[in-house]
Amino acid sequence: MLPALIVMTGIAIVLGAALGYAAIRFKVEGDPLVEKIDAILPQTQCGQCGYPGCKPYAEAIAQGAAEINQCPPGGEEGIRKLADLLGREFKPLSEEHGVEKPKSVAIIDEQTCIGCTLCIQACPVDAIVGAAKQMHTVVDKLCTGCELCVAPCPVDCITMTPIPETVENWKWKYPVVEIRRVA
Amino acid sequence: MRSLFRFHGGVKPATNKAASTTEPIVKAPLPGRLVVPLHQSIGGTPCPLVRAGQRVLKGELIGAADGNVSSAVHAPTSGLVKAVEPALMAHPSGLTMLSVIIEPDGEDRWAELERLNYRSTPPDELRDFVRDAGIVGLGGAVFPTHLKMNPGRESRTRTLVLNGAECEPYITCDDMLMRERAAGIVKGTAILRHLLQADEVLIGIEDNKPEAAAAMRAAVQAEGESMEVVAIPTRYPAGGAKQLIRVLTGIEVPHGRRSTDFGVQCFNVGTAYAVFEALTCGHPLISRIVTVAGNVDRPRNYEVLVGTPMSDVVRLSGQRADTNRYLMGGPMMGMRMPGFDVPVVKATNCILVASDALFPPPPPEQACIRCGECARACPADLQPFELYWFSRAKNFGKAQEYHLFDCIECGCCAYVCPSHIPLVDYYRFSKSEIWARERDKSASDQARERFEFRNFRQEREKEEKAARLAAKAAETRAKLATEPAVDCAAMAPAADAAEDPKKALIAAALARAKAQRAAIQPKNTDNLSAETQAEIEQIDARRRTTGSASAALAPAEADPSAPDTQP
Repeated sequence: MLPALIVMTGIAIVLGAALGYAAIRFKVEGDPLVEKIDAILPQTQCGQCGYPGCKPYAEAIAQGAAEINQCPPGGEEGIRKLADLLGREFKPLSEEHGVEKPKSVAIIDEQTCIGCTLCIQACPVDAIVGAAKQMHTVVDKLCTGCELCVAPCPVDCITMTPIPETVENWKWKYPVVEIRRVA
Repeated sequence: MRSLFRFHGGVKPATNKAASTTEPIVKAPLPGRLVVPLHQSIGGTPCPLVRAGQRVLKGELIGAADGNVSSAVHAPTSGLVKAVEPALMAHPSGLTMLSVIIEPDGEDRWAELERLNYRSTPPDELRDFVRDAGIVGLGGAVFPTHLKMNPGRESRTRTLVLNGAECEPYITCDDMLMRERAAGIVKGTAILRHLLQADEVLIGIEDNKPEAAAAMRAAVQAEGESMEVVAIPTRYPAGGAKQLIRVLTGIEVPHGRRSTDFGVQCFNVGTAYAVFEALTCGHPLISRIVTVAGNVDRPRNYEVLVGTPMSDVVRLSGQRADTNRYLMGGPMMGMRMPGFDVPVVKATNCILVASDALFPPPPPEQACIRCGECARACPADLQPFELYWFSRAKNFGKAQEYHLFDCIECGCCAYVCPSHIPLVDYYRFSKSEIWARERDKSASDQARERFEFRNFRQEREKEEKAARLAAKAAETRAKLATEPAVDCAAMAPAADAAEDPKKALIAAALARAKAQRAAIQPKNTDNLSAETQAEIEQIDARRRTTGSASAALAPAEADPSAPDTQP
């Protein structure tokens, strides 16, 4: 009886020590799941999900506080990827958070702009250049199309324009089998 | 006799080359209007250097290379620039692209030409010259040639392969070029060899072109170069760079590597000729040999200026009435053009005139029966049926795992497919979707980085502001501590100051204000009339009686030496 107890206790101590050591040695900084979710999110930082940016939303999803269908820019494909990653059920995009739109960029009407800098402060990715009482403009390559600059503009000179199709970003279409009438 | 190797797969379609090789190359006449697209190579779009209304000379630079991976564009003839605007592009998308539209003046006058002696020019200058001459790979991929002219850092170029295989049916432009201008090709190859310092040069020509091979052999001998012309078995796609290298050298370029890693570089014969023209004659790349074949009366090869409408060239060969589309390239890899008047570009090796009678529409697509014929035909050793399944299911990650990007889109798999599945269409769809996703991914990574930096910057600014305010407060405190001479400091209760620096500050400020007030003497007190004097005394008396209560609170006010100045 006693030797068995001693052996069991000994094993418990050794294994406990090994586990304790491993917990310190192989400690993972941050939550790797948050990183994975954040990589799927489109990084528009638009806040349509109700969180101040993509990272906070990713954290909320990881904690189970948020649904996976709150991101309109990510669209259906984004929801499917999140569902695959998290093993949750696919849900259609929640309507209260917005609708999926084609990718757009903000364009400032430079004739109307009064140079108030409000849009510059609103832009989450610093894609607007300009200074007080100077004309502002959007660097279209950096614009994520989040629309956060549209509301603060006091003269309504910012419009969202869908990105046109060019030879560079043109995509081959999915082959469609034509059904022909047999006479 | 050199021992040759085999590449896996391949097919043997009917070549249909004889018809267009009966007559020599002829120069196509000047068209009424030239539309020169600025984007004619892989890489950045050149920026236009001309404006509407400007006169240009033949060979004048009209688009400067944008960055290193780009190539210049030149005016194909002298004339007037009518516009610089988007125009329909020779591209299956049917989209427009910024183009320079030139109305020829008929003089065809050359601009001042710059020649270069390649033996006395440093390699860097030579590469820049080739870039500015707008030379790109004329086999069809239009990869800027100057980027292929580096000997490569790790491995030296041992073998220079010249690609004259021209394996695709109907196309004969390289065949005719080799027959008629072999000397130029050999001279151009000598330049490329000099740049790459290659040990040996192999010129690979399919054995169905004996005239071209004979002409090249004669030219090599006449030029006294040590190059070997090798006849290779005719099998499509022997003209693919990797396949030709395999046949000639036995080297199989693995996934994710380039032939230069193994000391082999490959150029098309047309490219070598363009290099010769640029360096020896000073002519930039403004024209190329184009085969017109298919549904025409007299198939033939033409030397066509870049920017000439395709329909103008086809008309010379006698287009038949039932023509309904043009293909750029051959029947295996060619792309359907969105219109008949799209311009000839540097990539146009062949205009295949098509009709439903000549190329009947494929029978309806049927289900894949997993026969494996496509895998047997694939020259890239892929598993086309797997790629097809994954592309069809839009499972792009898996498609990439099966090396989708090693697919050269040669069309062998679709050619042999008994179910008539347009396999290449699926691969092209997958590839462009993957590229689009990669673009989105890099854009979102950049956005994340910028968002995080912005948050970091805002935090930093907040901290800096707090630090600035704290520093200012500390400065004020230090100033007060070193100025005990101010009488008010003495008045402030010393015990409080020790207890609470803020209270001390307030007390000090109050005391200072009081001292200031005390220092001010009432003005206009001289020469007062008797009435005014009496009034003042009355007021003072009233104050003294009512102010006695407040005087107890503020002892300074009771001081007779500091009369209140406020009414």
